[in-house]
Amino acid sequence: MDISLPSFLAAIAVMAAPLVLAALGETLTEKAGVVNLSLDGTIVLSAMTGFVVASRSESLTLGFVAAALTGCAVAALLAVIGVWLNQSQVAAGFALTFLCRDLAYFLGSPYARQQGPQLATLPVPFFSDIPFFGKVLFSHSLIVYASFLAIPCCIYFLYHTRHGLLLRTAGENPEGCWARGINPQTVRIIATMTGGTLVGLAGAAFSLAVKPGWGQPQGCEGIGWIALALVIFGSWHPLRVVAGAYLFGMLQLLGIYFQDSFPTIPAQIFQVAPFPLMIFTLILIHLSSNRKNRITRLFSGNPPKWLGRAYRRS
Amino acid sequence: MKTLVSLGHFLYNRTATMILIAALALGAVSLLLLTLGIAPTTIAVAIAHGSIFSWQKFSHVLSLWIPLLLCSCGLLFTFRAGLWNIGVEGQIICGAIAATALLREGSFGLPPALILTLALALSFFGGGLWGSCAGLLKNRGGVNEIFGGLGLNFVAQGLILWLILGPWKRAGIASMSGTDMFVKELWMYTPPGWRVAPAALLLALATFALTAFLLGATRFGLTVKATGNNPLAARLYAIHPERTGLAAMAIGGGLAGLAGGLQAACVYHRLLPPISSGYGYLALLVVMLANYRIAPVPAICLFFACLAAGSIQLPIVLQLDSALSGVIQGACVVSALLVHGLQKRHKGEN
Amino acid sequence: MIELTNIHKTFGKVHALTGVNLKAEAGTIHGIVGENGAGKSTLMKVLTGFIGRSGGEILFQGQKVRLDSPKDALRLGIGMLYQEPLDFPQLSVLDNFMAGRAVFAPVEARTELARLAATFGFTLHPDNRVEELTIGERQQLELLRLIGDGARLLILDEPTTGISKEQQDLLFTALGKLKTDGATILLVSHKLEEIDLLCDTVTVLRHGRVAATRQRPFDRDALLQAMFDSLPEPQAPPEPKRGGIPVLEFEKVTGSGGRSGLQKVSITIRAGEVVGLAGIDGSGQGIFLKIACGLVPPESGRILRFGAPLQGKAKETGRTTVFLPADRLGEGLFPGMTVREHHLLAAPGSALITSATGLTVSRRAIATHSIKGQPETAVEDLSGGNQQRLLLSFIPDGVRLILMENPTRGLDVHSAAWTWRHLHSRLHADGAIVFASPDLEELMSQASRIVVFYNGKIVLDTPTRATDYQRLSRAITGQIDPVGTC
Repeated sequence: MDISLPSFLAAIAVMAAPLVLAALGETLTEKAGVVNLSLDGTIVLSAMTGFVVASRSESLTLGFVAAALTGCAVAALLAVIGVWLNQSQVAAGFALTFLCRDLAYFLGSPYARQQGPQLATLPVPFFSDIPFFGKVLFSHSLIVYASFLAIPCCIYFLYHTRHGLLLRTAGENPEGCWARGINPQTVRIIATMTGGTLVGLAGAAFSLAVKPGWGQPQGCEGIGWIALALVIFGSWHPLRVVAGAYLFGMLQLLGIYFQDSFPTIPAQIFQVAPFPLMIFTLILIHLSSNRKNRITRLFSGNPPKWLGRAYRRS
Repeated sequence: MKTLVSLGHFLYNRTATMILIAALALGAVSLLLLTLGIAPTTIAVAIAHGSIFSWQKFSHVLSLWIPLLLCSCGLLFTFRAGLWNIGVEGQIICGAIAATALLREGSFGLPPALILTLALALSFFGGGLWGSCAGLLKNRGGVNEIFGGLGLNFVAQGLILWLILGPWKRAGIASMSGTDMFVKELWMYTPPGWRVAPAALLLALATFALTAFLLGATRFGLTVKATGNNPLAARLYAIHPERTGLAAMAIGGGLAGLAGGLQAACVYHRLLPPISSGYGYLALLVVMLANYRIAPVPAICLFFACLAAGSIQLPIVLQLDSALSGVIQGACVVSALLVHGLQKRHKGEN
Repeated sequence: MIELTNIHKTFGKVHALTGVNLKAEAGTIHGIVGENGAGKSTLMKVLTGFIGRSGGEILFQGQKVRLDSPKDALRLGIGMLYQEPLDFPQLSVLDNFMAGRAVFAPVEARTELARLAATFGFTLHPDNRVEELTIGERQQLELLRLIGDGARLLILDEPTTGISKEQQDLLFTALGKLKTDGATILLVSHKLEEIDLLCDTVTVLRHGRVAATRQRPFDRDALLQAMFDSLPEPQAPPEPKRGGIPVLEFEKVTGSGGRSGLQKVSITIRAGEVVGLAGIDGSGQGIFLKIACGLVPPESGRILRFGAPLQGKAKETGRTTVFLPADRLGEGLFPGMTVREHHLLAAPGSALITSATGLTVSRRAIATHSIKGQPETAVEDLSGGNQQRLLLSFIPDGVRLILMENPTRGLDVHSAAWTWRHLHSRLHADGAIVFASPDLEELMSQASRIVVFYNGKIVLDTPTRATDYQRLSRAITGQIDPVGTC
């Protein structure tokens, strides 16, 4: 196995690509004050639709579009329940998670373990020849490039555009938003759906690129929960959230390497291990950030003030 | 007379709500099936056939009903205390591990009933310990119980895999199919033709009765409810919200652990990786569908158990995936949220 | 400029506004006065479309307008400065200034903010986070934003509550300038001095109706007469009682909470005293009460209650000490639970509870405290006054320390008077009452001793007899040198 540094980093970039997309999607949603807890199910469902549509239409583009639309639709349903009808967003998210996952297994079972299309790597001409960085950054499939691009786009959108500002105000104080002539409900619903679209793309990134194929389980189960944890412990800042996503990619990759190096230890342990490790790493960072010093303050930040709270005009 | 009328109103409202929810959920699922070219009636018949048409099948339903009811009872405590105990799966696993630790050693020549009782007590403590961990993480570290519970689920999953593939591996070769069977005398008594141990059934019923009593008719229940409603105010009434929450987590975890212990002791007679079989998550759906009330829980558990048991036939009879039961269950909860939300909105705008 | 005709607003069964008419001309300042709960804020929120109206018409520059949302209002140039600034604390000053604008142009907005701030003599740093600002500065920012957005009708809801004297002067100058420029200003206030100083016309609201409309010069007694059903008797401050045994002792206590926390505060409160805590919101009086009742542990310092050190255990509160928070439904009661369940929780009793347990106790408490409700009424269905009565009914016999935040917030005059009579009657011979209030009148008439907090420290501690409104209001805004306890 090739374990040179550039190929290791490149593998992390691939491993983490769907997680980056999903976590950024959830960051957008939560910045607007909505918790979309349905991530895990949404990813599985959109992975299934992406795979099925792509293999039946033999078009990868259609596959990705279908997955994105699936994510958007689930988020829309969550927004209807959690924003428009003022029901508990947490409850809606949980229910949708399980509904989506089982729906994916039910609808996708005829397509399980079938051959399907797969996104090819597309090295960027010239750039991929740059030593080190060429391998790490410019020798991937389109969805990995998309995950790279999504990071600056998301930051630019949130902090340097009018709509990004509106989105943040809706999460911070919907009453203030309303007083400025903007309907926070609309902002929240659109933000939730946009975030859901990114989550949908993450699903397709699994079934059409990172872990190609469909089955029960697909292999993307659990990632949604990690994405949710990343947003909270990355204190709602896209950069910190993304850093966590790459850390998790690395843990998963290390699991695969160690699996080969320690044949006596059952492989299943290595597949499961990154999840508790990640969550407890995040919890440790969180605990240490209670003590104020310069390094840990980097990781601390406050949630949007009205996160998870409904707004209703009287 | 006036109370009679208002009681009528009340029942009418509850019933109307229930019918609305069922119609919406089943309507949506039927629509989905029709677009796939499957007659919903075929499915209904198949599920009924696989769940309630014979005693053997129904006793299988009951064997699913027991752990589901136990976990739901546990969740009633934690929901009352305002906590999202998502770590039920891990608590079931820990309960099963604790029971197995004793049962796999044999009976030591002591009466099996004593060993079994001890094992179940251990499973309660095992699950309770796991539940308390999530509670402590929340109290001491300010870690949201959803993520603490989730992390502990993953840890429990790793732990059970390690035990089954490592120290407790089957004689000869480690296998994902679980540990060795317990000695026959430690199998809980199951009459011939039954698929459920009567003692377990009684235990589940007794647990439900105890839950309803503790939450509905004791000061402890009132304290838990107060903590869940407003932890800030609780302190003014000399209630310790953290301690109460921790107690609720411990009880909730304990009941989930008991479910795990019963799975090991009287269903599988061994420890195997999927011992929790998703009951923890399913129980969350049950309690949400019950709108966090106590009374409807056993019936909803039974309905969900029927769906789960009945859908096992689907792949064989109709070449459909058994995940359909999960789709129906999820659809019920989503419709419940929609219907409750619409009712609230309608009332608010009157 | 603007004319409101026959405005109605109902919240559920409650009529907040009934047939209100109001007319304000361009280039004038129009005052809206009335006691708490008279409907001033509601009327203004209707005018900006922040809340919908149940009936009535609005004419703007002679044209009938819809005004269904703040968007409509902003398009017409109607802007409002809310009592609690509706801004975004975690966002920067500049972001707050820009939020809601149609065009996102940070560079231009920065210059515009600087220019506007200079015009009015405000100092605002565009990159500071709003949560670091004082209420006065947040208000200045909101004012500049409204002006920048082209507001020609400005509504200010109690703008001088919680701001310093300098900030108030700046604000009044700014209002004068805007008036000269031809803007219309609606000033909501319950302070008649401000009305005298600034307004050309004044409308008095009482119980959601217009009780009077007057032109300058105003007859203060007539305004008061219109504001209140019956004029509250001006009460003489209670006799200061000294020399009782210490009930509550703070020795150099530091704690965090509120805006400024509590910094090395020392004070001794003795039996028989009624101590009023004054100060701008979050100056330390709130956290003082929470530490005193054991809800919040102090960071350092020593606290003695009835001569014994405070342990910080939950059990200590309830028997000898009670705390009544300002946010009754948010911090003092359990929404969704019944009156009877509250009475059960408030007093120890049997471990078993049936639907009859505690019913007699609850009925008796309801009767003796004239609570309008039943044992099975959910507490959120009680009115604010009845919620306060319910909280008062939990005070057990023999309580020795009563701690309260804004004891009469949201209560009408009669409920407030009842509350105080009741409190004085519950005061144990060896006990004391400590209460925080933003209302100087309440402090002057109920407390025997007044303690003023500023920036987490006690800046004035005086018997009520020995002080006056002037001195208190100066101390509240920090215009006095820190002194020790007297």
